[in-house]
Amino acid sequence: MILQNAQGDARIIAGGQSLMPMLNFRLATPTLLVDLNRIAALSGIGMTDEGLRIGAMTRTRDIETSALIAQHQPLIAHAVPHIAHLPIRSRGTIGGSLSHADPAAEFPALMLAVDAQMVLHGPQGARVVPAGEYFQGLFETATKSAEILTHIDLPHWPEARRFGFQEYSRRRGDFALAGIAFWADMDGDICGECRVVAFGVSDRPVRLHGVEQILQSHPLNDADAMLQARDAVDDLLEPDSDLQASAEYRRMLAAELLQRAVHAAGGMA
Amino acid sequence: MSDLQAIRLNVNGVTRAVSVEPSASLADVLRQELRLTALHLGCEHGVCGACNVLLNGRAVRACLTLAVQAEEAEVKTLEGLSAEQIAVTLKECFRKFRALQCGFCTPGILVLAVDLIAANPDPSEEEVRDWLSGNLCRCTGYQPIVGAIIEAAKRLRGAV
Repeated sequence: MILQNAQGDARIIAGGQSLMPMLNFRLATPTLLVDLNRIAALSGIGMTDEGLRIGAMTRTRDIETSALIAQHQPLIAHAVPHIAHLPIRSRGTIGGSLSHADPAAEFPALMLAVDAQMVLHGPQGARVVPAGEYFQGLFETATKSAEILTHIDLPHWPEARRFGFQEYSRRRGDFALAGIAFWADMDGDICGECRVVAFGVSDRPVRLHGVEQILQSHPLNDADAMLQARDAVDDLLEPDSDLQASAEYRRMLAAELLQRAVHAAGGMA
Repeated sequence: MSDLQAIRLNVNGVTRAVSVEPSASLADVLRQELRLTALHLGCEHGVCGACNVLLNGRAVRACLTLAVQAEEAEVKTLEGLSAEQIAVTLKECFRKFRALQCGFCTPGILVLAVDLIAANPDPSEEEVRDWLSGNLCRCTGYQPIVGAIIEAAKRLRGAV
């Protein structure tokens, strides 16, 4: 209601670890901030029939230390320590990161990789948006102006699934120049269904279907498949150049990180 | 401008009534209203760590938290930690290792280290470096800081 009446001039503040810098630098000047921090029902991690449900206001540090996440979502558990610095993780939330939709952030890429479902609540009730449709561009999501991301549903993680997560940043905790989240459902030594998600290389996290097809039906240590997969990363990505890195460097980096992620999944790192 | 908002902040174990702009950061209110000036403002976007305070026991950036959001939370600044054993030991070790020069970053690092040692009484050097990655120090080159924190953790475990 408040969000509707404010006619787009209100912003929701979650952990504030992205929004507060923008406010401090006057890059955002909302007339109204709606603080979700005291809504206890929006925070916590629980089991559901389909997998795990994470409240949008769950702090990153609580995800990092969660036994449920460690047991049921090993890729996320492994990747979360890469997110910013510890005091930022103490305050920042998963829902805030996903709503902010920074293309170099880890949570959006992880949600795309694990096929998360975003639960949005608005004046017309609740709706569910898959991660693949949720991220729509630079800092853009499918959330409508009076809607709030309330929960994230994570599907069951099969036991035989292997994963790798790699990112590179200039300083530990900085946003990645490029990163790769990878998992593979193994059929013995052979890679079955798999996921390759790249981040920091486009206006949103991107799933690289072409690379997945190359890796499938080969062992994870297949050198020829890896060469083809690296070339495909190079072909598929069209990153921007900026002060941090050139487009060419980002493509090379993503290809190298793919190899490391796949090798980590295969126990070869 | 916005109207002032009357809030009650629990800072260092004492409840203080203050009137603040809703847009005021916790860092500004602690420094300017409550004159708790151990925390420093460096970058004001979460990179430097000079403004670290404990919010419900966890190190957070006071520059990235609104003062009004800290109502009902327990805020601790370095001033409030000064009598606690972890902070006392850390300060002794910082002196021993000469882990500061200008001192601007030191309070933020000490607050972080209190959280680190409370959460992980036996941190490896790699863990200390990982936690410290969120604090900038332009004087020391970090080596003495890492050494001081590891030594403090050892002493607090009774391992020295």
